[in-house]
Amino acid sequence: MNLLFDFRVDKETNTIHITREFAADLDVVWDAFTKAEILDQWMGPKPYRVQTKEMDFRVGGRWLYTMITSDNEAPTRYSLAEFIEIHPKTDFTTKNSFSDENGNPVNSGFTFSMTKNTFKAGVEKTTVQIAKKMSSLAELEQFIAGGYYEKGMAMGMNNLDEYLLSLVVSK
Amino acid sequence: MRRDIFQAIADPTRRAILVLIAVHAMTPNAIAEHFDITRQSISKHLRILSECELLAQKNEGREIFYELKLEKMKEIDIWLDQFRKIMEAQFQRLDEVLFTIKNKKK
Repeated sequence: MNLLFDFRVDKETNTIHITREFAADLDVVWDAFTKAEILDQWMGPKPYRVQTKEMDFRVGGRWLYTMITSDNEAPTRYSLAEFIEIHPKTDFTTKNSFSDENGNPVNSGFTFSMTKNTFKAGVEKTTVQIAKKMSSLAELEQFIAGGYYEKGMAMGMNNLDEYLLSLVVSK
Repeated sequence: MRRDIFQAIADPTRRAILVLIAVHAMTPNAIAEHFDITRQSISKHLRILSECELLAQKNEGREIFYELKLEKMKEIDIWLDQFRKIMEAQFQRLDEVLFTIKNKKK
């Protein structure tokens, strides 16, 4: 099955719009985005994966998680998603920030972003729309650099190399 | 203080300046005419843009013209492209997870 993936950035509003189709029913996809035991299986860019410390999926509740590469690694930084709005099987909105292991804010230079995830049922597939609004594009850079690559993993740089190479080659 | 392209575009006036000079090179006076702010604050914005290495200066006679270094603007797209790749890889993992869940149900 050919699954749509659309990625757009509105630099005027500092918002990233992502649309992705998934080959599963709405109920299953909704669970994959809202249940810790499933989120832990797929969230996080390789070689990282998410490890949930707390999950309380209700308005006013929060999801506290960290990114690790292996089980016996001591996490240094946590991420916090606070649930601002939830309309079951339709959409939910989170306020995202970095925190310590207890969910207290840390001074990361990054303030917060707001993310709205919208779910639409289709024929044998479900469309998820993600709108992630940062306070500035500078924070997007920090989000990428700080949230994912703080341990100096080479992945980000590899992507950058590939991109630079593609520029050179296309000239 | 670290200067990078993201600081350059963090401010709406600076974004507007970048749009202006992307079309053609302009003198500081000509740029200032487009804004309802002091000549001094325009100079400040131009200085920041210059420190971000986004401006090239050309001298013609006694006039200084500023133009946009387009290659430098690409840095933004490099970062965004990385983010796109991260999301792509992440969703591919979700595809696998969904596939496993479906098979278990059968």
